[in-house]
Amino acid sequence: MERCEIVLSGFGGQGIVLGGIILAEAAAIYDDINATHNQSYGPEARGGASKSEVIISKEVIHFPEIEYPDVLVALTQEAANKFAPTVKEQGVLIVDSGVKINDQIKDKVKLYSLPITEMAVKVAGSEIVTNMVTLGALVAITKVVSREALEKAMFSRIPKGTEEVNMKALAQGFALAEYLV
Amino acid sequence: MKRQVKLLQGNEACAMAAVAAGVRFFAGYPITPATEIAEILAQELPKVGGTFIQMEDEIASMAAVIGASIGGVKGLTATSGPGFTLKQENLGYAAMVQVPCVIVNVQRGGPSTGMPTLPAQMDVMQARWGTHGDHPIIVLCPSTVYEYYMLTIKAVNFSEMLRMPVIILSDAVVGHLREKVVLPDISEIEIVERKKATVPPEEFLPFKPDADDVPPFVSYGKGYRYHMTSNNYDEGGYPATNNHQVADKLLRRLHNKIEKRRGEIVMTEEIMMDDAEVAIFAYGCTARSAYSAVETARAQGLKVGLIKALTLWPFPREVVEKYGDKVQAVIVPEMNMGQLVGEVERALKDKKAGVRPLNRFDGKMITPEQIVSAVKEVK
Repeated sequence: MERCEIVLSGFGGQGIVLGGIILAEAAAIYDDINATHNQSYGPEARGGASKSEVIISKEVIHFPEIEYPDVLVALTQEAANKFAPTVKEQGVLIVDSGVKINDQIKDKVKLYSLPITEMAVKVAGSEIVTNMVTLGALVAITKVVSREALEKAMFSRIPKGTEEVNMKALAQGFALAEYLV
Repeated sequence: MKRQVKLLQGNEACAMAAVAAGVRFFAGYPITPATEIAEILAQELPKVGGTFIQMEDEIASMAAVIGASIGGVKGLTATSGPGFTLKQENLGYAAMVQVPCVIVNVQRGGPSTGMPTLPAQMDVMQARWGTHGDHPIIVLCPSTVYEYYMLTIKAVNFSEMLRMPVIILSDAVVGHLREKVVLPDISEIEIVERKKATVPPEEFLPFKPDADDVPPFVSYGKGYRYHMTSNNYDEGGYPATNNHQVADKLLRRLHNKIEKRRGEIVMTEEIMMDDAEVAIFAYGCTARSAYSAVETARAQGLKVGLIKALTLWPFPREVVEKYGDKVQAVIVPEMNMGQLVGEVERALKDKKAGVRPLNRFDGKMITPEQIVSAVKEVK
């Protein structure tokens, strides 16, 4: 895999940071390639802007920052407004349904509008598994890591007793994307 | 235990390495972007019989770490610029009375409280000269999570071996970055313990050095009663504030502890320097940008190499000097207004190579593109 730069963005409480860590661990530990993860978030625990940056590469990753991502997930309109213009030409843009993207950006990227939070609520009764639905969809579309690696990384990070609901959320994420692709 | 593949955050690696190196005492005060070190050690130290204390401020934290060390326990504290400033007075005390301890400064944007969450390399000179007096100091600077782990162990080892404070100068990028690391088996890591006295209490002179300039250490409370003073002191540990001979000898010896082991303490990496016409001298997170820049420039046929400094102080002048007549120019990218570049200039003052600073201090990393542009300007 050539260097692939992925940005997950949304707001605090959606599990953006943990989602990024799981994706990076899937690559680094279970697929045995190189990965870095970086995060930034507002001072609020919930509701503030949140961003996870993951770089996956078979080469050593020296410069760890992302200016123009190959893949962007934007779960909120605010995140989309801020980061969608930075996506590389022909890059992948995944947004939650309801998030609006202007025509100029639509022409430039491969846009996937998926009912991510709706699916999370359907699976868990709340938005708590939004990150897992997101990861499922992202990996189904981009194949940056193997599904097996993603599942293993998820299991090593989630609290005991939540395996079933998280697994279901991940599977639904895959299903959402596979239906589209 | 065997080699482990992990995705670790820089500060997490530092905390794990501290435990591996035998650190059993941490005193500190939380501050972005260093707090993870305290957070993790608060969980991990009690598990290995160690102690974690959150103190009322950084001044007290530094004092507590020195006290723990005098009591015979390896101590470490972690902070960022504003806290590092507060630690300076006691840091000088540790340097003078030769108490092993490690201070981690995860640099953020300054001056003062500046930009708490953003990276900088603005404390390079403070790490060297922040506390008054002509004290010796060792400052190590990681650019990767793996280096952060290994240099933390080195820092603890050097401090124990030489009886002196050692500073780890990381930054918000390396502190917060998670990256893949393969950690060596703990049995493969050399852990150094401070030298113990071999004579009975009545013959013990607390500051009488061995041939390596380092006096053996006896913890307080072991029946060897002795005096420690930050005034100029003699081998018995008593003040000798007006004794010129003793003062001269003491200060020379404090510095010689480092100078005699430069080969071991001065750590650098020379990357693609063999045929380089332009060198980049970089450290910390900026060395990551520089490495990318070298790869990009090489792909374009430009003969560029990187001298990465892992030890900032003592400054690796011998490594820089070596290339002084071989390269046209040395570019020194730093996230400050030009600090270590002065040392590079000093090392190259009689050499052919020109020195070109490249500075950024807005809280953003210097990009590989900026460095490649600087290389092209030389050509």
